[in-house]
Amino acid sequence: MMKERLKEISQKAREQILGAASIQDAEALRVEYLGKKGKLTDMLKSMKDLAPEERKAFGQLANETKSQIESLISDKMAELKTLAREMQLRSQTIDVTEPGKEVALGTRHLITQTIDEITRIFTSMGFSVSEGPEVETVFYNFDALNAGPNHPARDMTDTFYVTENVLLRTQTSPVQVRTLLAQKPPIAVIAPGRCFRCDTPDATHSPMFHQVEGLVVDEGITMADLKGVLDSFAKQMFGSSTRTNFRPHHFPFTEPSAEMDVSCFKCGGKGCRVCKGSGWIEILGCGMVHPNVLKVGGLDTEKYTGFAFGMGVERIAMLKYELDDIRLLYENDIRFIEQFK
Amino acid sequence: MLVPVKWLKDYTDVNVDTAEFVRRMILSGSNLETVEYFGEGIEGVVIGRIEKIEKHPNADKLLVCSINVGKGGPVQIVTGAHNIFEGALVPVCLDGSHIPGPLHGQPKTEEGVTIHAGQLRGVDSFGMLCSCSELGFDDKVVPVASRDGIWILPDEFRPGDDLVEALGLKETVVDFEITPNRPDCLSMLGMAREASATFGTPLRYPDTECKKVAPEKSEDYIKVTIARPDLCKRYCARVIKDIKVEQSPWWLQRCLIFSGQRPINNIVDITNFVMLEYGQPMHAFDIRTVRGAHIIVDTAADGEKFTTLDGNERTLSSSMLMIKDEGGCTAVAGVMGGLASEIEDDTQMVLVESANFLGDSVRRTSKALGLRTEASGRFEKGIDPNLAKDACDRFCYLVEKLGAGTVLTGDVDVYPNVEEPVTIDIRASRMNKLMGIEIPTEQMTAYLNALEIKTSVNGDIITVTPPTVRQDLLIEEDYVEEISRMYGYDKLPVKLPAHTAQALLTPMQIMRNRAKDILTGLGMDEIQTYSFVSPRASDKVRIPEGDPRRQFIKLINPLGEDTSVMRTMLLPNVLEVLRTNYTRSVPAARIFELGNTFFNNGLGPDGLPQEKDALCLAAYGEGEDFYLMKGRVDELLKLLGVKNVKYYTEKDPSFHPGRCARIEAGGEKIAVIGQVHPDISEDYGIDCEVYAAELDFAGMFRISDTEKKYVPLPKYPAMVRDFALLVEESAKAGDLEDVIAAEAGELLESVKLFDVYRGAPVPPLHKSLAFSLTYRAKDRTLKDAEVNEINERVLAALQNRFNAVLREL
Repeated sequence: MMKERLKEISQKAREQILGAASIQDAEALRVEYLGKKGKLTDMLKSMKDLAPEERKAFGQLANETKSQIESLISDKMAELKTLAREMQLRSQTIDVTEPGKEVALGTRHLITQTIDEITRIFTSMGFSVSEGPEVETVFYNFDALNAGPNHPARDMTDTFYVTENVLLRTQTSPVQVRTLLAQKPPIAVIAPGRCFRCDTPDATHSPMFHQVEGLVVDEGITMADLKGVLDSFAKQMFGSSTRTNFRPHHFPFTEPSAEMDVSCFKCGGKGCRVCKGSGWIEILGCGMVHPNVLKVGGLDTEKYTGFAFGMGVERIAMLKYELDDIRLLYENDIRFIEQFK
Repeated sequence: MLVPVKWLKDYTDVNVDTAEFVRRMILSGSNLETVEYFGEGIEGVVIGRIEKIEKHPNADKLLVCSINVGKGGPVQIVTGAHNIFEGALVPVCLDGSHIPGPLHGQPKTEEGVTIHAGQLRGVDSFGMLCSCSELGFDDKVVPVASRDGIWILPDEFRPGDDLVEALGLKETVVDFEITPNRPDCLSMLGMAREASATFGTPLRYPDTECKKVAPEKSEDYIKVTIARPDLCKRYCARVIKDIKVEQSPWWLQRCLIFSGQRPINNIVDITNFVMLEYGQPMHAFDIRTVRGAHIIVDTAADGEKFTTLDGNERTLSSSMLMIKDEGGCTAVAGVMGGLASEIEDDTQMVLVESANFLGDSVRRTSKALGLRTEASGRFEKGIDPNLAKDACDRFCYLVEKLGAGTVLTGDVDVYPNVEEPVTIDIRASRMNKLMGIEIPTEQMTAYLNALEIKTSVNGDIITVTPPTVRQDLLIEEDYVEEISRMYGYDKLPVKLPAHTAQALLTPMQIMRNRAKDILTGLGMDEIQTYSFVSPRASDKVRIPEGDPRRQFIKLINPLGEDTSVMRTMLLPNVLEVLRTNYTRSVPAARIFELGNTFFNNGLGPDGLPQEKDALCLAAYGEGEDFYLMKGRVDELLKLLGVKNVKYYTEKDPSFHPGRCARIEAGGEKIAVIGQVHPDISEDYGIDCEVYAAELDFAGMFRISDTEKKYVPLPKYPAMVRDFALLVEESAKAGDLEDVIAAEAGELLESVKLFDVYRGAPVPPLHKSLAFSLTYRAKDRTLKDAEVNEINERVLAALQNRFNAVLREL
C-alpha cells in the first residue's frame, strides 16, 4: 500500500520535474516533494507506523526515491540555469560598432609638450631645471651677459621696459647669470621659460615666445663637450640618424660662439620645403661661456670653463609639426591643442 | 653685406664654384643670408644706338626710333619712353628675345617675358627698348639717368654686342649676415680678407697713389679744426680741382648696382664705391659752399635749423655733432650732408671728407633726427680710424683714373690720437684646452697670419697683433674663436662631459607637473596665453577699484594697450580663449592655464615685482555645472596634498552672486570658484553658463603636504544609517555636515550627501537633503543600539540647529 503510494509520488514527481519550465518551478517542486512538509518527507515520517521488518525495506526504497528526485531536480535546475543564461546573453547582445563613451583626457599645450621633451632629454643627461623671473633687471638680461652699453637689443624698439632698469627678459640667458651667482660648479642646468621682444604678431613673430637655455660649467669643459652634449640632444630630439653642423657665430656672452644646424628631420638632408632645400635646419645658438660672464659669477676663469646654449621652443615646435603660423600657439583653439594629444 | 663674387675677385682669387665658396665661407664664420643670380633669363638682347627719333603718326605718346644694332640695316622700334635721345646707347630686345621682366605695369612671373615683333598703332616695331628693371634689377639700383625710362647705357659699348656679355650682367651676389662684432666685414676688403684666409689665396689691396697730382697743396685751400676730439677721432680731407661731373664708367656702376646702390654721377659714385670697398663712409663738399674754406667739427646749437640733402629741414640740438664752416652747419657728421653743399653739375672744386666719428654720437644723432643712412649705420657699428687716409687716397686715385678731376698735393689729416693695435699674449695651451684638441703652435700662427694677425712665438706664448680693423680681438678667448673657426668647428672632436651633477627638479616644478597631469587627466586642455594683458581686462571681469590686482606692472613701450600691463590674474585671458572657441562653434571647452602673475606690491631689492604661480580652470558645454567644477577642484586639491579644504559662500564681482564659493585650506584662502557672472560671460560673447575656478597655486604650494601614511584596512563591519531631512533653502549642506561630524564623534567614518530634492511634497523654499552616515569602530563590531543612539543624537542636533525634520526615505 505505502509502496504503491511511493511509486505514485515518484512517478508524479518525475513527470512534474521533467516538465518544469523555470528555475522557480523547479524550486517549488523541490519544496513540494523534499521540503519539511513535502510529500516524500511525509512518507518518510509515516514510516514509523510500519512494522519493523517492513520498515527497513521501505526505508531503503524511500531513500532511493528521494535521492532520485533530488538528482532529477538538480539536473533540471542546471539545465534551466544554462538555458536562462543563454537567453540572458542573447537578449543582452549589443552593437559593438557603436561609438565608445567619451572618457577624454585633456592635452598639454604644444609648447609645454615641447619643453617637456627637451627637459626630459637634458635631465636624462644630468641637467637640473633652473628658473628666473619673466620681469628681469637690465643687469641680468644685458650687463652681466657682456652686452655692450649700446647693444642694439637694448633699444626700446626691441625690448619691453618697465623702468629704466627693469625689463621683460628678451632671452632666458639671464638665468645663466642667476645660476652662476647661486651655485658652485659643477653646474649643469637648463632653464625653460617665456621671453619677450617688441615684435608685432604675424605668422612668424610673436611678442612672447619661449626659450630653453642651457649652461654647463666645470673644470676642463671644452668645445668638444659642447658638441657632444648638443649632438646627443639633437639625436634624441629629432631621431637617432640626425647629424649636426656647427657654424661660427656671434653672441656677446659666449666666445667662441656657434649656431647648430641639424640635418632636416623631414627629408633627412636631401632638401625639402621645411629646410628650404638646404638639408639643414638651424636649431640653436651656443658657445663657450665668455670669461666676463664667468667672472660675474665670481669664478676663476683659469680653473673653470663652460658652455651655454639657447633654443627657441616655438621654432622647434613649428618645424617639427610644420605649423605655418606661430599665432596658432597663442590662440588656443582647443581643436588645435587636441591635435597634439 | 652684398658680395658680388666677380668684384670680390679683384681683391683675392676665388677658384671654386659658388656652392663651395659659400659652404666654406659659412664654415669659417660668415653667415649666409641668400645667394642671388643676376643676368639669368636674358637672351637675344643687344646693345643699340638710337639714330633717329620721330613722332608716331597715330599716337602722341609714342615715338618711332631707328636703331643701329650692328649688323644689317637699322631696326625700327616703337617706344613709349621719353628719356631717350638720338645717339643714346640702349638695350634692344629683338624679335624673339627673352627678358626676366616684368614689363612696365605688369606682375612679375617666374618664366619671364618673350618679346615679339609687332605693330603699335599701325607702325611696325621689330622689338622693344627695355628698362633696367625689366632686365631683373631692383628699382632702387636703376641709374639716375635711366629712372622711369629706357636704360641709357654708358657710352663705351659697341652697337650689336650682346648686352649680357658686354656688360657682364651674369653675376652671383652672396648676401652675408654680418654679426655686430665684425663691422670690418661690411666691406669688400673685409670679406676678401675672410675669403683669403679661408681659401689660402693672397689678398690684394687696391691702388691708392695718384700718378699726376697738381702742384697746389690741399692745405693751402682748406683748414680743418676738430673742436670735439671726443666725438671725432680723425678728419682727413683732400681737395680736387677741375671737377667734371658725368656718368661713371660701366665697371664702377656695375659694382654699385650689384651691391644694391644706385649710380648717380662719377663723384658720388666714387664715394659710394670707396665706402663699399673699405667700409669707410666718404663725403664730397662743393668747396664753394664751405664758407671760409674752413671745416670745423663741432656740436650744433640747441634749436638750430638745418636742411639735409633730402630736402628736409631739421631742428638740431647741442648733442649733435656737425660739420660746420665759418658760416654755420654744412653737414650732420656721419649721417647726411646738407642740401646747400651738394655736388652740382657745375661744381669745379671738391673737398673730400674721410673722417671717423664716434659711433655712439652718430647713433644718438641719427636716432634723434629719425634719419638712418648707410653712413650712420656704419659709424654706429664702429670703423677703424686708420682707414680714413687710405680711403681718402683711394677716392683721389679713382677721381684721377676716371678723369673726373685733378687731385691736389697732400692732404689735411687731423688725427690727434692714433689708434694702436691691441697686442696681447695668448697661450697655445689655453687655446687647445678650450677647444678640446691639440693643434700645433705653428698651425695656430698660420691660421692667424692668414687673417693678417701678426704673431711671435715664445714657448707656449704667442704674442698677437691684429690689424686695427679687427676691433673684436681683445682677449685670449677671441683668439680661440679665430683658431677654431679656421681649423673648422666640424673637425673638433665630440665627447660628453664627465660631470657628476645629478638632475633634480624642485618641489615646485614637480607640483606644477603633477597639477598638469591631474588636470589633463580630468579631461581639461592646457592653454598658454600672453603674460601681458590689457588693463581693461580687469574692468571686464569687474575687479573693484583699489584691488591689488589693479596695481599693474606697466610697460613703458608696449605694442599696444592690449599688451601694456603684466597680468595679475588669469581669468580674463582664460575667458578670452573660451570666447575664441565659443565663437568658432566649438561645442564644449574645458581648459586651464598655469602661469605667472605679477604684483606691484613689495618690489624686491632689485626692483622686481613679485611673480606668483596662478592656476585658472574654466569650462562651458554640456554637463558643466558648479558641482562638476567643484569636483575637479576637490580632486586636484586632494592629489596635490592641499588638506582641510572648506567652502564658504562668497560674493565676488566676477562671479554669479548665488553660485560662488571661496575655498580655504588650513584657514588660508586659496581659491574662488563659481559660475562666471552671466553679464561677464555675455560680454565675452558666450551665451551659456561658464564655470571657473581661480586658484592661488603659490599658496597651495606653501601648504601642500603630500606625505602619505598607511592606515590599516577596517577589520570590523560598518553600520550605515541613511536619512532624509527637510530643511529651509537657506540651510547649507556643508554646515549640516559639520554638525553631523561634530555630534557623531569618532565612530563616524564618513558622511555623504547623496540626494538633494526640491518640489512636492517638499514645501516651497525648502529642500530635502539625504545623508548617508557610515559608522565603524576600529576594535569591535558596533551594536545596533549604540549606533541608533548616536544617530538619534545627530538628528536631534540637526533639528535643533536647522529645524531639520526627518522625512520618510
